Amino acid sequence: MAKSIELARQPETIFIKPSTGLAALNLRDLWTYRELVYFMIWRDIKVRYKQTMLGAAWAVIQPVLTMLVFNFIFNGGIAKVQTDSNIPYPIFAYTALLPWGLFTSALNNASRSLTSNQNMVTKIYFPRLVLPLASVLGGLVDFAIASVILVGLMIYYRVTPNLVSLWTLPFFLLLSVITALGVALWLSAINVQYRDVNYVLPFLTQFWLFITPVAYSAKVISDKWQLVYSLNPMAGVVNGFRWALLGANTGPSLQMWVSVGISALFLVSGLFYFRNMEKTFADTI
Amino acid sequence: MTTAISVKNLGKQYRIGAAQGKFRYNMFRDVIVDTLMMPVRVFQALRGTGLRGTSGTSTIWALNDVSFDLEEGRVLGIVGRNGAGKSTLLKILSRVTEPTKGTVSVRGRVGSLLEVGTGFHPELTGRENIYMNGAILGMKRAEIDNKFDEMVDFSEVGQFIDTPVKRYSSGMYLRLAFAVAAHLEPEILVVDEVLAVGDAEFQRKCLGKMGDVARQGRTVLFVSHNMSAILRLTQEAIVLKKGQLIKRAPTQEAVDFYLSSGQAETGERLWSAEDIPAAAAPFKPIALRLKDKTGKVVDTVRSIESVTLEWEYQLDAPLTGLRVGLYLSTMRGEYIFTAFDTDDAKQYEQFGARKAGRYISRCVIPADFFNEGRYSLGVNASSFGVRRYFMDENALSFNVDVTGAPGTQWPEMRQGPVRPRLDWKIEKID
Repeated sequence: MAKSIELARQPETIFIKPSTGLAALNLRDLWTYRELVYFMIWRDIKVRYKQTMLGAAWAVIQPVLTMLVFNFIFNGGIAKVQTDSNIPYPIFAYTALLPWGLFTSALNNASRSLTSNQNMVTKIYFPRLVLPLASVLGGLVDFAIASVILVGLMIYYRVTPNLVSLWTLPFFLLLSVITALGVALWLSAINVQYRDVNYVLPFLTQFWLFITPVAYSAKVISDKWQLVYSLNPMAGVVNGFRWALLGANTGPSLQMWVSVGISALFLVSGLFYFRNMEKTFADTI
Repeated sequence: MTTAISVKNLGKQYRIGAAQGKFRYNMFRDVIVDTLMMPVRVFQALRGTGLRGTSGTSTIWALNDVSFDLEEGRVLGIVGRNGAGKSTLLKILSRVTEPTKGTVSVRGRVGSLLEVGTGFHPELTGRENIYMNGAILGMKRAEIDNKFDEMVDFSEVGQFIDTPVKRYSSGMYLRLAFAVAAHLEPEILVVDEVLAVGDAEFQRKCLGKMGDVARQGRTVLFVSHNMSAILRLTQEAIVLKKGQLIKRAPTQEAVDFYLSSGQAETGERLWSAEDIPAAAAPFKPIALRLKDKTGKVVDTVRSIESVTLEWEYQLDAPLTGLRVGLYLSTMRGEYIFTAFDTDDAKQYEQFGARKAGRYISRCVIPADFFNEGRYSLGVNASSFGVRRYFMDENALSFNVDVTGAPGTQWPEMRQGPVRPRLDWKIEKID
């Protein structure tokens, strides 16, 4: 028995040497450890709402309460914000809050992923990318739960999804994951050495919310600033979600492609930065 | 015979300046001053005239130019003082940290009993943790499925397997964690006993497992301060000193060499500036001495005479709550006692706060205390609950000669580290 396992697994020779220049991304290694990604996500989800009274309901409560507050302030209570194509404001806000929630929770969880798993990082070898990646992907579960409310809202307000563009939704979901992962890689790697990230993050997400069309429509931005505005990849994500689900706005334009480009830039630079810092994690954490 | 591990010119450099900046807080005042100085430092850093460069970022080579080959199925012991680079070597071999120079090629999976319980989450059940921990250690799911029952048997937690591990006793927790690590079946097993967690029973289990692995023809690297364990379990050993490999020989020869040369043999340990980590400031150890009753520095003491231990040190700044003390342990790593110079409340009142200057803390170990053998003295200077300034658990070692001690008329080894002269009364009651 032991013999047969032995034969089945021919030992592989590993070469250990100092990496020079820009470290190769070595994504093959990540693929070998795909089961670990799965287990980390599973652990995060299992543990996330343990010993809370409301449990997974929190995944719904947060975006719904934010939506209600936005609705009170921006939909006539204090100010009146024009939505796109006369979409009821609650739906308008909620479609944006879904990817936004995914983004902020990904940043929060992933930026701490290395430091909170310190003993893993200092004791065992595994591709460190597993940790932020699993934190970001774990947010998809909350996203799925919160999406149920959107379906309810759409039935209640009798808003039919835009069937022409609905098939593009997975693409925008992917875009929001890529954006979140790109930023998260930077933050998590910096956090290993400078815990300042923990203090910067609340400001960062708050500030980012202002420059993202969550509570308001991107149309309020004057034309000459549109291109600058689209440098924020989350603007592209949120506009994309509204367009795919509701047919709001005009759909993929130059601005959208700028956002996509910036997202890709975040991801690639984040990957290289992370990989390059990875070798010092165990020593500096 | 194939080569399992081949190490060539391996070197690892650590920067100690960076750590200095991070851990130099010892008083709340420092924290405030540091925070207020923050904008200045950021500005200087941006201009490239940072304090970091001027305050001397020093580097040390934790490993320097180490080369050796190890054939498959061999058991290699690694000995050396604390800070000799043993743990760094193991960390590089298990790919936790990257070398600064040199190369290593490793044939097969490297497993270490250090990883015991890594990734365990208190909220998850025993079953869930087995899968989690297995995945972290690099096992495939099918592999864990296969060995699951075996692991549960080994851990003896049986009926509690679906209970969250936070409800486990610490013994159950360790047994479960060890069960997973023990079933990893790596081609190369790394055991760092110095850092092993757990009680004596657990350590014995580790060593037992190591013996099994070795008998199965796997390669084992074993780090220990316990010379008898090294002698018992390994055929060959390497001796590290200040990051360099200074000897490779059959175990008996290597251990003799280590005991007679690596350890300070003179009865006196002197610290040079480079031996003292920057984080120790303002505490600066100077010398640790072992003196016989006539005041002569000795490396072999007589059990029937008292021994004076003195630690000389300098304080570059006044310290409060300071305690300076000693650990005494056997060469097997078992502690005999720990004592501080301000353990006595009155002493603490008088010397808890010490001005800058040079000091000697001295104590006398009474006659008829030690048994025959070799002992290790460690030192520690700390403020309780605040900071540990300096620690070296293996600063000096010495021999004890028992000639004339109680019971020496019988030529036999007496068990235990102490050999007190007890006041025996013998009565005939009938």
